[in-house]
Amino acid sequence: MTRLNLGLLVALLLAACLSVAAGKVWVPLDAWSAADPRSIIIVELRLPRMILGMLVGAALGLSGAVMQGYLRNPLADPGLFGVSAGAAFGAVLALYFGYAAQIWLLPAFALAGAAGTMGLLAVIAGRSGSLILFTLAGMILTSIAGSLTSLAISLAPTPFVSSQIVTWLLGALTDRSWDDVKVALPLILLGGAILATTGRSLDALTLGEQAARSMGVDPRRLQLAVIAGIALTVGASVASAGVIGFVGLIVPHMVRPLAGNRPSAILLPSALGGALLLTLADSLVRLAPTVSELRLGIAMSMLGGPFFLYLLLRMRRKLA
Amino acid sequence: MSILAVDHLGLTLGGNVVLDDVRYAFRPGRVTTLLGANGAGKSSLLACLAALRVPTRGVATLDGGDVQTLDRRARARAIGLLPQAADVHWDIDVATLVGLGRLPHTGRWSMTAADRAAVDQALAATDMTVLAGRSVERLSGGERGRALLARVLAGQPDWLLADEPLANLDPAHQLDVLARLRDVAAGGSGVILVLHDLHLASRVADDAVLLKDGRVVAAGPASTVLTAPLIAEAYGVEVEIGVTPAGHRFILPIGR
Repeated sequence: MTRLNLGLLVALLLAACLSVAAGKVWVPLDAWSAADPRSIIIVELRLPRMILGMLVGAALGLSGAVMQGYLRNPLADPGLFGVSAGAAFGAVLALYFGYAAQIWLLPAFALAGAAGTMGLLAVIAGRSGSLILFTLAGMILTSIAGSLTSLAISLAPTPFVSSQIVTWLLGALTDRSWDDVKVALPLILLGGAILATTGRSLDALTLGEQAARSMGVDPRRLQLAVIAGIALTVGASVASAGVIGFVGLIVPHMVRPLAGNRPSAILLPSALGGALLLTLADSLVRLAPTVSELRLGIAMSMLGGPFFLYLLLRMRRKLA
Repeated sequence: MSILAVDHLGLTLGGNVVLDDVRYAFRPGRVTTLLGANGAGKSSLLACLAALRVPTRGVATLDGGDVQTLDRRARARAIGLLPQAADVHWDIDVATLVGLGRLPHTGRWSMTAADRAAVDQALAATDMTVLAGRSVERLSGGERGRALLARVLAGQPDWLLADEPLANLDPAHQLDVLARLRDVAAGGSGVILVLHDLHLASRVADDAVLLKDGRVVAAGPASTVLTAPLIAEAYGVEVEIGVTPAGHRFILPIGR
């Protein structure tokens, strides 16, 4: 297990080098010193983008692993809780009213959207701690936030705003700066730390709610930790990169054959794997020979959709 | 000596009285069965004992302290529950499953030598040692039942509470599980079982609590509780109670 984490770390380091080198301008290793003029590309563009990609990937991978463990559903993804949609709606509001000119306002709105969705979830389903209620409430909130987002697009004051919203919704790490890292880093670290405390309870939940409670798990405290941790990690991710789907779905499935199926065993590997996946994917979209840069969110959806279908087909016998 | 007791216990769910003024002190080292017709309140009583339900009135106590206010992990170490649902949501191997029973004892996932010894002991007690490496999804129904029992045993609780542990088991496995539960009681722990099969209850029980509509009809040593008139009162059936030539007690329902 520790060997797996070590392997993932090494792979992540290599991916980081690729991410710094890759792009419209290929910056080879020997140009990484401060003397070379190309180093400004590295310091001001590539490095913050790489770090942000890692943070967002780790946040999404970890939150997906926690969510699958909490809902005991291998098809769960941060989108299911309505957090991604809520955060996206918050950010869209900021774009709609033109607040996005201020660097802090779009993230603030996205976090407020994530926290708001989570607050509603807690009010609707929090008292019972029931998983079915929680999932359904999350799905309904997702659809409400989605329709409000569509409303904002259709009522956009100028075509420029609506295209800005649509572009942002597609999800990307293009042109991110250190300011974005400064906003995302503390939020994702805090959320990740909260999620990391849920491992033992998620293990106990393997045997169902009753058994978990009899083993000393406090279902309300667990739910609160899941809500707060997911709101922080996913909210901050959406704020800094838009909606990037399927990372939370794919990564836990990829690490399970290596780390085992116990929910707590896949938390750290999922965070590392998510960071690796997004760093690699973001390097590849920059290398893709498209006229304008391929959007990361779209690339992940094109990868994730078929993967979801594959999982579903594999599980079909069990589900039917 | 650990004492688990309920005093003036009442439970009302959605306006229905599920339990009413239930009083009983369970004795360690014995198998106690909770009996009664469907809806009599057996499972609810077990849930109150395990602190899964908050009583409307009265209290369930462990050594004099309200089980609701006990520290969660301390309670989990003292009271182990085998729920009726045999859920195992992730396909883990048997040893990992049984290891989950140590969660109330371990801080994080770092098993000590004592933890591993408890797991080995639980595996041995349920004849699951040879299957320790097998994935849960490849177990038969009986093996799965034994693995789940081993999970509770691994926690080495003072009290083992089980809700219908014999449901969905064939006669061979029923007798098998009953024998393990008797062993647990012989080891000094208290065993409390919800059973709906009177016949099996009469085979395994030292003590019995007979419930009807949430109230205790009779409670005490099984021989004084499992009598034809009391069973008729609780279940509304006539039974014939007898002893086979080999000396086994049986309870046979013969009519309403």
